[in-house]
Amino acid sequence: MALSGMRGLSVFISDVRNCRNKEQERLRVDKELGNIRTRFKNEKVGNIGGREFAESLAPDVQKLLISSSCRPLVRKKAALCLLRLFRKNPDILNIDGWSDRMSQLLDERDLGVLTSSMSLFVALVSNNHEAYWSCLPKCVKVMERLARNQDIPQEYTYYGIPSPWLQVKTMRALQYFPTVEDPSIRRALFEVLQRILMGTDVVKNVNKNNASHAVLFEALALVMHLDSEKEMMSQCVALLGKFIAVREPNIRYLGLENMTRMLMVTDVHEIIKRHQAQIITSLKDPDISIRRRSLDLLYGMCDVSNAKDIVEELLQYLATADFAMREELALKAAILAEKFAPDLSWYVDVILQLIDKAGDFVSDDIWFRVVQFVTNNEDLQPYAALKAREYLDKPAIHETMVKVSAYLLGEYSHLLARRPGCSPKEIFGIIHEKLPTVSTPTIPILLTTYAKILMHSQPPDPELQNQIWAVYSKYESCIDAEIQQRAVEYFALSRKGEALMDILAEMPKFPERQSSLIKKAEDTEADTAELSAIKLRTQQQTSNALVLTDQRPANGAPQVSQLGMVMVPSTSNADQNAVDQRVTQSNGTLSVVDPQPLAQDHAPAGDILGDLLSPLAIEGPPGVSPQSEFNGVPSHEGSVGANDALALAPVGDQESTVKPIGDIAERFQALCLKDSGVLYEDPYVQIGIKAEWRGHQGRMVLFLGNKNTAPLDSVQAVILPPSHLKLDISLVPEIIPPRAQVQCPLEVVNLRPSRDVAVLDFSYKFGTHLVNNKLRLPAVLNKFLQPIQVSAEEFFPQWRSLPGPPLKLQEVVRGVRPMPLGEMANLFNSLKLMVCPGLDPNPCNLVASTTFYSENTRAMLCLIRIETDPADRTQLRMTVASGDPTLTFELKEFIKENLVSIPTAGKPPAPVAQQPQPNNQPIASSDPGALLAGLL
Amino acid sequence: MGIRFILMVNKQGQTRLAQYYEYLTLEERRTLEGEIVRKCLARNEQQCSFVEHRTYKIVYRRYASLFFLVGVDNEENELAILEFIHLLVETMDRHFGNVCELDIMFHLEKAHFMLEEMFNKAL
Repeated sequence: MALSGMRGLSVFISDVRNCRNKEQERLRVDKELGNIRTRFKNEKVGNIGGREFAESLAPDVQKLLISSSCRPLVRKKAALCLLRLFRKNPDILNIDGWSDRMSQLLDERDLGVLTSSMSLFVALVSNNHEAYWSCLPKCVKVMERLARNQDIPQEYTYYGIPSPWLQVKTMRALQYFPTVEDPSIRRALFEVLQRILMGTDVVKNVNKNNASHAVLFEALALVMHLDSEKEMMSQCVALLGKFIAVREPNIRYLGLENMTRMLMVTDVHEIIKRHQAQIITSLKDPDISIRRRSLDLLYGMCDVSNAKDIVEELLQYLATADFAMREELALKAAILAEKFAPDLSWYVDVILQLIDKAGDFVSDDIWFRVVQFVTNNEDLQPYAALKAREYLDKPAIHETMVKVSAYLLGEYSHLLARRPGCSPKEIFGIIHEKLPTVSTPTIPILLTTYAKILMHSQPPDPELQNQIWAVYSKYESCIDAEIQQRAVEYFALSRKGEALMDILAEMPKFPERQSSLIKKAEDTEADTAELSAIKLRTQQQTSNALVLTDQRPANGAPQVSQLGMVMVPSTSNADQNAVDQRVTQSNGTLSVVDPQPLAQDHAPAGDILGDLLSPLAIEGPPGVSPQSEFNGVPSHEGSVGANDALALAPVGDQESTVKPIGDIAERFQALCLKDSGVLYEDPYVQIGIKAEWRGHQGRMVLFLGNKNTAPLDSVQAVILPPSHLKLDISLVPEIIPPRAQVQCPLEVVNLRPSRDVAVLDFSYKFGTHLVNNKLRLPAVLNKFLQPIQVSAEEFFPQWRSLPGPPLKLQEVVRGVRPMPLGEMANLFNSLKLMVCPGLDPNPCNLVASTTFYSENTRAMLCLIRIETDPADRTQLRMTVASGDPTLTFELKEFIKENLVSIPTAGKPPAPVAQQPQPNNQPIASSDPGALLAGLL
Repeated sequence: MGIRFILMVNKQGQTRLAQYYEYLTLEERRTLEGEIVRKCLARNEQQCSFVEHRTYKIVYRRYASLFFLVGVDNEENELAILEFIHLLVETMDRHFGNVCELDIMFHLEKAHFMLEEMFNKAL
């Protein structure tokens, strides 16, 4: 240590001063240099010496370590030096000769040298225990010496315990030997272990307690490893059972951890099951470390007999579990449900509940797996479809639930056809209701579902057909290539009549395979750092190839596609398809169907379930690849050339006025509810938008695409911002080259609440035409909202603290578009007003909360209450409250606009003019609003 | 090899001493320390002294304003590490006499010496 080094120096200096002649002086200096060399050599070689250096010096260090003439300090250093050399290069030790020496070293009386030697020994046996059998009895002797406290100097006891670290280390070393064969040694060892297991009491001193339990837990591990007489094992389980019930969190944690380990080494399921209730209690412990351990233990101890209880417990806990654990919890519940399901319908129930309760944390793998199960088990199909139908009746459901329900109903809803509320039309209606609320990746699934519904309703119901065709034609110019392609192709296919039956036939069975979930659990493992039952079990159980699937981000947040995803080729390709479509329509023939998209299209679930299908190659003959069935569909071969040719001749019309394609107002409305889509399109130009919003700031990217083979001139894009928005557009190039797309990023800052809308003045010249359009930009109020779930405890004090105008405004709105409450909840959610169910006892009412962000108001909580009249759906009473009068008013007006207008229609009918009415103002009884208020 | 790193962090989250026994770049260290500190400092007395983070298990103990955090792998005896921390603090206490954060800040080299000597021999 530093100080003793200093003392050595002063002793040396005084020695040198005291020397009487030069010879004596030289002798003293040489001696000191010798000292320095030995110490220096050990540390330096170990720390910085290279491989060759290590090889040449290792023998010297070994000699130092075993020499009896060296001081203990030097030998300690030599042992540690050798340890470091060994870690660098395990070949430096010649095992044959060294094991005997090692054995001698473990006889060492000096505890310092012994500790260092034991460190070296642990490293050696972990590498190769075979060579060191002769050392095993020595380790047992060390344990005996320590346990009996024989010949232990005071400085090596810690709170009265003989070097707990050396004890731990020695028992660790013993765990590297598979077994102890010699009966007498075995007896001696178990005597020591018994003494530790029985003799460790809980004492007041924390440090002593920790140290003695450190030894105890190591002894437990050693007993488990040696898997000794059953008597000792049951003692261990009893001890652990005691530990998991104590108050001391560290002990409880280690108790749970070691119980999990115990499950891995021996068959103690039955004994551990007795502690199930206690373990479930720990699942609700305030400490996440302990919750993790108990989750892991529950997972490990689950089998057919207790799966139902445990999974239901996990599901119940899921609703309140913290976010850090939900994904793991959901995954584990899903795996257990799959592995130990007493019957398959229970499995479907569990997974649907899982999606319902923790949709955000249910990765795609989980619902893929349900689909796979249902597809492969015919008996299950009507049940699953019925369940899916039931969940769709719920007011606000998670998007994953929309996906799985839509998929199941698309495939199997015809099995329910005789039940009430399950006609194709009704199924379509209830699924289509969800369409405005879902994000881009879900829309293709819904489109497929519609096609399947259409296919199953034979003979076709013309009204349903028209509805579905209307949806397809709406999406046939969608900016998302996948949606567009499906819309266009399903539209074309659905006109084929009978042939549709073959093309959209039910999905074939999936080949049986290992669950991809287990693989995923393994990956999660790496993050949670545990040597747990899962790891071992998966190693035991999944010897077949595992299916690797796309990993969702660990935080479980919904994936946001990156800006700039829309690339030039994809857009132009989409255009091509659109043009295809137009041509086929005008010709009235159906000969032009591009076979390649059809192939993808033909297995609609192919890309949804793509990752389940893709590794088929490693599993054997690809019995269900899309192509093999696709052969049954006749005559698409000739179309390739046609498709190529079409790319060159898109624009035949040269009208004098340029008419936009699609309804601009409708497009704007749609973009108010989602973050990407087409803002404007005409025969020459397509303007797409992609936006990201964070707090009061946002970033939009305008994609200006030239659809033609000639350049667009004099392109101008000017933003006319309202006073409450700060908008910066980057430079727009004056010319857009043929068939190219330029991106213009746009930074948006919201200064204060307002419903005014920014306008993009966009003009360009094509040939001699000057085209000018003023387009509203979807940087509207709800983009600066962040949905927030508010509990009853938070809601009511807030609600009461905002007593009345101008912070809380109430209004009776009439002329409301009639819609069921569920649809209204969906609309609210899509406006980023989070509906909080259960806050209002009246089922006809809705309560929603959100946070508004602007530079002036910062983050501000807004609360909304809607009271509807079940007798008259066209009117309702709305109360809006926030901490800012302008915000309250603007938000109220904004919601009103959205309730009164029909988002898909152009202009909203003017709302009935109503001044905000104070809360408790008496209202004339002739006023229908007052009647409504009276009702409520 | 059990111990991967040892950190001493005050309750404001500033790292006062760090020793790593495996190679991490400075950037990785900074990130790791930030994550660990956020996790551990938020915990209270009633919670256990072990936190799982990435592939590590963090064993930590708080002395006044200073947190001692030891990152270990799965093969380590947690309680032994917990007491190793205490032994380290006792040793520092004996050397500095009522050791405090400032002692470690201003005698960083001594703190490192002690840590190295003890770490090597005991564990």
